[in-house]
Amino acid sequence: MNKKLYVARSPRIAARMLGEEMLVMSGQGSTLFTLNPTATILWQAADGATPLDEIVERRICSEFEVKPEEALRDAEALAEDLAKHGILLISDQPISERPIASPDVPAQEQPREQRR
Amino acid sequence: MPGLATQVERYSVVIAIGGVPVRVNTTDADFLEMLQNRYAGFVNAEGHAEFDFDVDLAATSLPDPDAEVSVTHGSGRWFMRRGDFHAEWEPATGTGRIRQSANPYSIDAVLRIVHTLVLAKQGGFLLHSASAIRNGRAFLFAGVSGAGKTTIARLAPADATLLTDEISYVRKLDVSTKQDSSTKKDSYVAFGTPFTGELAKLGENTSAPVAALYLLAQGPGNRIDPVAAADAGRELLANMLFFAEDQEMVHWAFQAACDFVHRVPVYRLTFVPDARVWEMIG
Repeated sequence: MNKKLYVARSPRIAARMLGEEMLVMSGQGSTLFTLNPTATILWQAADGATPLDEIVERRICSEFEVKPEEALRDAEALAEDLAKHGILLISDQPISERPIASPDVPAQEQPREQRR
Repeated sequence: MPGLATQVERYSVVIAIGGVPVRVNTTDADFLEMLQNRYAGFVNAEGHAEFDFDVDLAATSLPDPDAEVSVTHGSGRWFMRRGDFHAEWEPATGTGRIRQSANPYSIDAVLRIVHTLVLAKQGGFLLHSASAIRNGRAFLFAGVSGAGKTTIARLAPADATLLTDEISYVRKLDVSTKQDSSTKKDSYVAFGTPFTGELAKLGENTSAPVAALYLLAQGPGNRIDPVAAADAGRELLANMLFFAEDQEMVHWAFQAACDFVHRVPVYRLTFVPDARVWEMIG
């Protein structure tokens, strides 16, 4: 049986919805990211308490036509990628570190990255 | 005991940019005169200052003026370093010290850094942009080097007041009127700066509410196009002056950019370099 994964929004970044895009800025290196729709959903749901598979089932599978196993694999890869950039925290236990507040409007564009 | 102490003359000048007065103290009369000339229109001989800087003049130029600027924070102080100056500033006491040679460029860089730090906390920023007032409203023209900031400033008509051709000073201020003082009404206000570009002409020391930000592009004709909020935010951030690799400062700058594009219209201004472009502005 696979271990549950928990994800939380890093408190060390700043994020805002501008128009229909979620912009995220890391304090480390002043790097600006634009999240794609899936990453935005994951980011918004990453409260540190809800397991990733539940987020995928409730928020991603309901939004996109995708099989749960495939969606979970993609979500794990995405979460790891976001964690590498310091945007998300990942743990096999619930994360108590208080995440930053989540802007609640969905985004629509593809991921981009630019360095200031 | 007489004879052991020598009284050293101390000269001061208050340089007020963006309505933020900074007193600079020096023992060198020639350096003082240079500051008075360099910041003409922005200086007072005396008066209230929010911050005080003592300048220690090195006899010779410090090495490597082209080195990367470093701005760090520790023990309640900001430390600013470049090849040609070392400076520190303690916001709590409002005091600081600058060590540099007698040149105008080092202190100019220190002032820019200090103002970015002061503004960030207040939701304001310095922006790589020309700016001008027309019909009581300020217009910003942002772009990287070569985008046309100096050109648009040079083409400004006689009824426009030039605030800067290089670095705009933007503050978030409560502009509620006395009649309606119960409701806080934030607005972005652009101030003139002495930070010059190729035009080498100081801006006027005045201010006006910001009516629009234009992102400059040169093209075959004059046109104005709307810019999506996220693109506006990205381009605004790319043109903001930012020195401190400090998490809190990065967050403030980010939030300032997002707030600004929510409140102020942002357009792409494509133009050919002649005066007709100003027929579309103001």
